[in-house]
Amino acid sequence: MAGAVTTVTELSADKRPKHLDESRGVRIVLIAIALLFVGLVVVLPMITVIAQAFKKGWEAYASAISDPDAISALKLTLITALVAVPLNTLFGAAAAWAITKFKFRGKNLLITLIDLPFAVSPVISGLVYILLFGAQGLLGPWLIDHGYKVVFATPGIILATMFVTFPFVARELIPLMETQGAQDEEAAVSLGAKGWRIFFKVTLPNIKWGLLYGVILCNARAMGEFGAVSVVSGHIRGETNTLPLHIEILYNEYQYTASFAVASLLMLLAVVTLVIKGLIEGNLIRSRHK
Amino acid sequence: MRNLRSIRLLIIAALIVSVLSACGAGNGKNNEGSASPSGSAGASPSANNKEKSPKSVELLNVSYDPTRELYVAFNKSFAEYWKKETGQTVKINQSHGGSGAQSRKVLDGLEADVVTLALAYDIDSLAEKGLLKTDWQKSFESNSSPYTSTIVFLVRKGNPKGIKDWGDLIKKDVQVITPNPKTSGGARWNYLAAWGYALKQNGGDETKVKEFMKQLFDNVPVLDTGARGATTTFVERKIGDVLLAWENEAYLAKKEYGDDFEIVTPSLSILAEPPVAVVDKVVDKKGTRDVAEAYLKYLYTPEGQEIAAQNFYRPRLQEVADKYKDQFPQLNLLTIDADFGGWKTAQAKHFADGGTFDQIYTKGS
Amino acid sequence: MATNRNRRQVLPGFRFTLGFTVLYLSLIVLIPLAGLVIKTAGLTLPQFWDTVTSARVLASYRVSLLTAFFAALVNVVFGLLIAWVLVRYRFPGKKIVDGLIDMPFALPTAVAGIALTAIYAPNGWIGSLLEPLGIKVAYTPLGITVALVFIGLPFVVRTVQPVLQELETDTEEAAVLLGAHRWRTFRKVLLPELVPPLITGFALAFSRGIGEYGSVVFISGNMPMKTEITPLLIITKLEQYEYSQATAIALVLLLISFALLLLINTLQRWTNRRLRSA
Repeated sequence: MAGAVTTVTELSADKRPKHLDESRGVRIVLIAIALLFVGLVVVLPMITVIAQAFKKGWEAYASAISDPDAISALKLTLITALVAVPLNTLFGAAAAWAITKFKFRGKNLLITLIDLPFAVSPVISGLVYILLFGAQGLLGPWLIDHGYKVVFATPGIILATMFVTFPFVARELIPLMETQGAQDEEAAVSLGAKGWRIFFKVTLPNIKWGLLYGVILCNARAMGEFGAVSVVSGHIRGETNTLPLHIEILYNEYQYTASFAVASLLMLLAVVTLVIKGLIEGNLIRSRHK
Repeated sequence: MRNLRSIRLLIIAALIVSVLSACGAGNGKNNEGSASPSGSAGASPSANNKEKSPKSVELLNVSYDPTRELYVAFNKSFAEYWKKETGQTVKINQSHGGSGAQSRKVLDGLEADVVTLALAYDIDSLAEKGLLKTDWQKSFESNSSPYTSTIVFLVRKGNPKGIKDWGDLIKKDVQVITPNPKTSGGARWNYLAAWGYALKQNGGDETKVKEFMKQLFDNVPVLDTGARGATTTFVERKIGDVLLAWENEAYLAKKEYGDDFEIVTPSLSILAEPPVAVVDKVVDKKGTRDVAEAYLKYLYTPEGQEIAAQNFYRPRLQEVADKYKDQFPQLNLLTIDADFGGWKTAQAKHFADGGTFDQIYTKGS
Repeated sequence: MATNRNRRQVLPGFRFTLGFTVLYLSLIVLIPLAGLVIKTAGLTLPQFWDTVTSARVLASYRVSLLTAFFAALVNVVFGLLIAWVLVRYRFPGKKIVDGLIDMPFALPTAVAGIALTAIYAPNGWIGSLLEPLGIKVAYTPLGITVALVFIGLPFVVRTVQPVLQELETDTEEAAVLLGAHRWRTFRKVLLPELVPPLITGFALAFSRGIGEYGSVVFISGNMPMKTEITPLLIITKLEQYEYSQATAIALVLLLISFALLLLINTLQRWTNRRLRSA
């Protein structure tokens, strides 16, 4: 969504006719308020994290993030994202196609159900898997007897992450494809194109920025999820700890500096994905101008 | 065309299911052999069950929050001892959290070989579900509690509010930091110690005791969910005049933060006995009973006791206790069994829904 | 879900995509949530009612709902302003600001909670400035609201932004030609178009706020009846091994969220249809 948005922003800000713009003073005041708010709400916590991380200097920072437990937590975090994000992307695309290209009864309900994980308390999203797969759960005893372990192991962490990041891609694509309608695809059908070809040749180019943005958000959240994962993880150092859980452990061991160092690593991962998004958009704008 | 679509649907469905179960299976296989979900390359699957002494073995010790430093040191010492005794390499994985939450995870399937929790009540809950035998507390010496602790006060340097005993905590200008007894095992010891003191002061008049507890909790500005959170609030955020804490937590905070704090020992406190137990159901399944029992027994040896004392837990063994007697001042200690009728009774009376703790907050405050 | 015969039916993939959507939705979301209902069914109706309406639980709903409501309100005002500035104006560092909006999605909530507490505690950067003024943020409902503003900001900005982007300049142009003032144009022409996304953003931020746990527990102080949030009570029940009571409260939260979302989605579809037919 915003992937497409920012792209066009650059163009429309140039094109906007003068008489439709506010006076310079108003503009500056509005920008100032917006910056102040973002600064207070978003930037200040980030600065705190970085300031705390480097409190004891670069060496303490380096040793915190090269700690074997931190690295194994990073690995688990990446594995989790690697499974959860593609599956949710696949789902998002399918759901958006069904919802925006066809009419059927119960569509509102379906959209609401897709949104639901956004609104479910992270505590609950972890809890439901314990209720299902735990040793006292509905399926848990059978699974454990057969040697499968779901909760307090990697699959549980992946499932909880999938639940929490479930709506991101679908949520980005549905409004976007809604506004684009189905004309392009219908034209393609009348020209004799079929199934997957329509999707890849017609739909995908139209939605790729929204899709990318959804994937990036989904990924960022997958790597950062704390509440739900905390409920289904066994909190075993070097085994079932994701980065956010490792941060909590360090914090609880009075290793505040190390804990913020690892937090800054996670923040860096998020920043990197957002920068990549920016770079791709930059390329797009340039190609459009030519 | 229609058929093709349904086939595709089936394939995708199968894919998801197989991905999920593949993850599960992978871990399941590892788990038969080793203690931890991702397993170690050293332990071949199911080897532990058949051979008498495989080359390496893993244990999972599920413990509560303040024992982190203790078990880091203890695990190292035990691993060396075990290697020397049997030639076997033992890797001990640790899991820490609130005592109740940790016990619940074991109930829900976290495969702990041993549990080392804050209260017997939390292990009783496991016994109730058949994970270990109901008389587990007889398995090891001294109520299965190899070390003890008590509740003390941590105050700011110079003790500006002049806090000496429990009675000072209800003064108007004193702010008390304690975690929430509903979510923290340590806080339950805090609560019972205060209750016991008030009961003695008021000659057993419970109405007055409740009044005392209400005044005490009126002075509490923040109720953190766990003992470590409360320590952070007191030490890092500089909120409150006194922190009610485990003796070992108080010493550790003093060690980490130097001379900004002083420890005050009240006239009366409670004997906290953090118990340990082998989880029968898990060790029998994994074949780790020998090493798990040896691990807990090692806590009672002079080496184990020494490590406990170094980490500010009161040792049981007389020779070690004598060595550290300056560190642990003598004081009158209530016990959970003699003064509160055991954990089950105490839990029901004070901390269950509608118990005395809830009454503090729900009755006209 | 019967399909209507309509022109869109010429496109392929309906059964496949809808089937996959429903299957995946069921596996990941619906079946697990059904477990919640089944567990709660262990309680009798009066037990259920007593659990979810006990004094402390009611107080926690109040805390959770009020703080989430005010946080969402703050986000609607400032979220609209930020979206407006990002879409319509040019200023240095705009791209960076745009990227920053997503940070609350990405930052682990526990880290956010710890960082915010450090800032707003009486000895923190901002807390120490507000303390002399008699304003306490950390360990009060205000602190919870601050944490929820952080969590909810991207929801509002990201729902308003694309709509603001798509708005045609024609109507604005016409309004200007008819001599309307800038503010009047905004109120009469733009605002009506922005109401649906604002409501959606509000609802998303609101329902997310009701359930938020990780960032709130650090800053809230967790005082029963005063700053105790509902998700914390769920955890508290679990600590006492009261699974079915915990799931009962969880179910209430879930129903509130679900009702809110359903309302919003229906409203949005309705306004969409109205706008299109107009």
